[in-house]
Amino acid sequence: MNAWSVLPLLVPLITTLACLALRDRPGAQRWASFTGAVLFLAVAGTLAVGTAKGVVYETRLGDWPEPFAIRLRIDALGAALLAVSGVVLVAVLLVPGRGESATASSPLLLPLVHGLMVGVGGAFSTADLFNLYVWFEVMLICALGLIALGRERRHLDAALRYLVLNSLGAVLLLCAVGGIYGISGSLDFGAAATGLGGSESASPAATALVALALLALLIKSAAFPFGAWLPAAYPVLPTPILALFAGLLTKVGAYAVLRLVAEIAPAAAAPLLEPLGWIAAATMLTGVLGAAYHQDLRRILSFHVISQIGYILLAISLGTRAAIAAALVYTIHHILVKANLFLISGLIRRSGGSFDLRHLGGLASRPALAFVFAIPAASLIGLPLTSGFWAKLTVVKLCFAEGRYVFGIVALLVGGLTLYSMTKVWIEAFWKEPPEPVYPRRLPAAAWWSTYSLAAITLVLGIHPEPLLEFAALAARLGPLELP
Amino acid sequence: MIEWLFALTIGLLAAAGLYLVLGRDLVAVVVGLLLVAAAGNLFVFGAGRITRRGAPLVADGATVLSPDAGNPLTQALVLTAIVIGFALACFAFSLVLRLRSLGAGPDGDQYEFAEPRPDADGEPGDPT
Repeated sequence: MNAWSVLPLLVPLITTLACLALRDRPGAQRWASFTGAVLFLAVAGTLAVGTAKGVVYETRLGDWPEPFAIRLRIDALGAALLAVSGVVLVAVLLVPGRGESATASSPLLLPLVHGLMVGVGGAFSTADLFNLYVWFEVMLICALGLIALGRERRHLDAALRYLVLNSLGAVLLLCAVGGIYGISGSLDFGAAATGLGGSESASPAATALVALALLALLIKSAAFPFGAWLPAAYPVLPTPILALFAGLLTKVGAYAVLRLVAEIAPAAAAPLLEPLGWIAAATMLTGVLGAAYHQDLRRILSFHVISQIGYILLAISLGTRAAIAAALVYTIHHILVKANLFLISGLIRRSGGSFDLRHLGGLASRPALAFVFAIPAASLIGLPLTSGFWAKLTVVKLCFAEGRYVFGIVALLVGGLTLYSMTKVWIEAFWKEPPEPVYPRRLPAAAWWSTYSLAAITLVLGIHPEPLLEFAALAARLGPLELP
Repeated sequence: MIEWLFALTIGLLAAAGLYLVLGRDLVAVVVGLLLVAAAGNLFVFGAGRITRRGAPLVADGATVLSPDAGNPLTQALVLTAIVIGFALACFAFSLVLRLRSLGAGPDGDQYEFAEPRPDADGEPGDPT
């Protein structure tokens, strides 16, 4: 049982090293990478199935006794996100991104991708605050490496924009972690929660430190007004890697917000939930307005990442157990849909020759592509029969049930604007007469497998959502503390 | 007394660092990041008691550290953070140097490589 909780860390770590050792042999490297990804998915899936039965996988590293050990602890929340990460990783690695930039054919691409997964796996399995900070740094440096790999000026510029705000965020997170240790005397999630006064009362100092940590995590998850780095940096990446970034990175920030607010410091965070709600509403609105303005598919989708993070933060800010479950459902739905849309945007570029809607058109002549785009696009909007419908419905319903009418109305309005934005993409890329003649190219079979599988998951979750909703309700029972 | 001086130093370092980060000269921005990181490290260091008596060793027969010794755990945290911060700063410096050697100017505000400037009519610029 213990060994299982180390695997989400160990598998990507070994895969990284294998990919690094095989950097001169591209074929072997791809195999090692793909095997590692499938193993990661298998491990994460097993963990998720186990946690659904009520098991919690836990290890004290080095077998140190209780207060001294760094704990790895995978509960249903962590396992669910690990499993979705595994799905996205496999889907992304299936799609070749060659031809978009030098990044895609670099021998360092796959080691960095799996290095990123080490950070993601670590962040979802650790139960130690400082450890969490370190995994954020692992993700940061691997992400920077992947962005800079293209070596042109636009890549370096993007990396710099990504670096400055994110390393400021890292320093703030470090300060908050150190301060929380100073007050509570522990870095462990559970012990720090007790040290911070449990769920009854919290000192103003504890609230200030939690606010600092939230600030850091809001920067990491690209919330308003710290989100400018995301649409600046992401579009230089080749679309499969972009799909991985958009699916996973900001969501790890949102996950940490969830842990902090619901598990580590519910009392200290209570006065911060109201401002968090307003930040979430502003994030949703600014994100979707940015998406409505832009014409480059990658920028449109990047702004939607920000907008959707707003929904997740909004759910967290409601602070009830049902809202935590809704945040998890939304996160899972969003990771799958967002990754898929970015993968499809790569296919659109291959068939239409551009990412820019003004240069695209006539893609409705490729029904397979139109169909696979329509499913995640409908899910992003929140149309029935897709996962987005249930994710949005639960969040909006909770807003009204909690009497937060303004937030509920903003959420609905943003849904409408998302519809506008996706309709724009549909009309411009698929219906409009192509402005320049295009010569249709064959799309790789693996890319079809990957995008259709993700779309199928979206549909299955949309038609039969009960298992996911039940699992999320189970996962929302975090730690020893009681939420209202 | 020493606590006040310590707190003031952290504040000054962070303020100086943020001032540099908000500037336009990219080398100064990275130096600013280093200063902010140093302020953060000192903050964490301060969370583990500021004292100059006693080595952080648990005395014979005792089970906990005596309260006049500094907490070694925060020092270990700071050590890790210093290593990470330095690595990031080196990476940032090399990014800036490489950008400069590719013909980019010193003023980061003028960079339009990653995000093209909007067209004259306000429409988004053509992607690179």
